[in-house]
Amino acid sequence: MELMINGTNRVVAPDIQTIEQLLESLQLTGKRVIVEWNEQILQKEEHGTTVIGDGDTLEIVHFVGGG
Amino acid sequence: MLTIGQHSFTSRLLLGTGKFSDLQVQTQAVEASGTEVLTFAVRRLNLEQPDEPNFLEQLDLSKYTLLPNTAGARTAEEAVRIARLARASGLCDMIKVEVIGDDQLILPDPLETVKACEILLAEGFTVLPYISDDYMLAKRLQQIGVHAVMPGASPIGSGRGILNPAMLEWIIGDARVPVIVDAGIRSPKDAAYAMELGADAVLLNSAVSGADDPVKMALAMKLAVEAGRLGKEAGMIPLRNYAVASSPAEGMITT
Repeated sequence: MELMINGTNRVVAPDIQTIEQLLESLQLTGKRVIVEWNEQILQKEEHGTTVIGDGDTLEIVHFVGGG
Repeated sequence: MLTIGQHSFTSRLLLGTGKFSDLQVQTQAVEASGTEVLTFAVRRLNLEQPDEPNFLEQLDLSKYTLLPNTAGARTAEEAVRIARLARASGLCDMIKVEVIGDDQLILPDPLETVKACEILLAEGFTVLPYISDDYMLAKRLQQIGVHAVMPGASPIGSGRGILNPAMLEWIIGDARVPVIVDAGIRSPKDAAYAMELGADAVLLNSAVSGADDPVKMALAMKLAVEAGRLGKEAGMIPLRNYAVASSPAEGMITT
C-alpha cells in the first residue's frame, strides 16, 4: 500500500489497516505525535479506529523547540 | 498571579524552547528560569529518525503548561490548521498565534492574525496573539476576546530590546487582558524594563538559548522579571530635572 506521509511517498505493508498500526510500524508508538489524515485532524482516540487505504495522505507532526 | 484565560501562573517569565544546542543544558535552563509556560513549534516528524531526542518527550508535563505557536503560518488558514493540530495532541488549549508576513523582520501580519484569532476563539482556544507593538491592533484584538496580547519589543532574535517603550506603556495602560512582551529581548535589563513599564509577563527565547551560558542567563532573566515587577509594584520616585538631596540640609558641620 502506498501512502503520502509528510510529503513523501512511502510503501507500507499491506496488512496495516489503522493509524495505530501505521504508527507502530514507524516505531512511533507511545510518542507524542499528532496525525492529520486526508486533511482531517485526528484525536488520539481515533488512531485505533481510523482505517487507512492506498493513496491516503498523512501528516505526522510533533512539538519541536520553538519560541 | 498571572492569569491567562483559565490558566494561572506564579512565574511571569514565559520561555521559548528553540535553538538550544543541548537537551541537558536546556533542561537546566528551563529549571533555572522558574518558568511555568513553555512555547513549542509544530513540525513534521522526521520518519527516518523516530528516536531522535525530543525535549518535550522528557519534560514533566505536570510542571509546565505548553504554549504551542503557529510559526510557519503565512495565512490565517495555515495558523488555524497548526493550532488545531497542536490541540489534537491533547496536551494544551493555549495557542500563540503567529502569522508572519515578512521574512526579513519576521513581523506578524496584523490582518491575518486577527482573522486567525476570530476563528480560534470561536473554537474555544485560549488565544495569545503575537503582534507588533501596535496600540490599535491590541485594542481590536481585545474587543474580539483574545486572552492576552503579546506585542514584540523588537523583531524576533534581533536582540534590539524595547524599541518603543511609550507604545508598550499605552498598550499596557488600556489593557483588560495580560500584556506579554514577546521577542527582541537581549539582556536582563530589557526584561526588567518591560516589567517596569507594567507588562504582565515577558516571553523570550534566543536571549537564553543563544547566551554563552544559557543556564546562568535563564536565572538572570528570572531575577530581572521579578525585579522589574517588584519595582513597578513598589512605585518609583518621580523624574526630576534637578537633584534633590538625600542627606538632611540641617545640622551640617560645614557652613
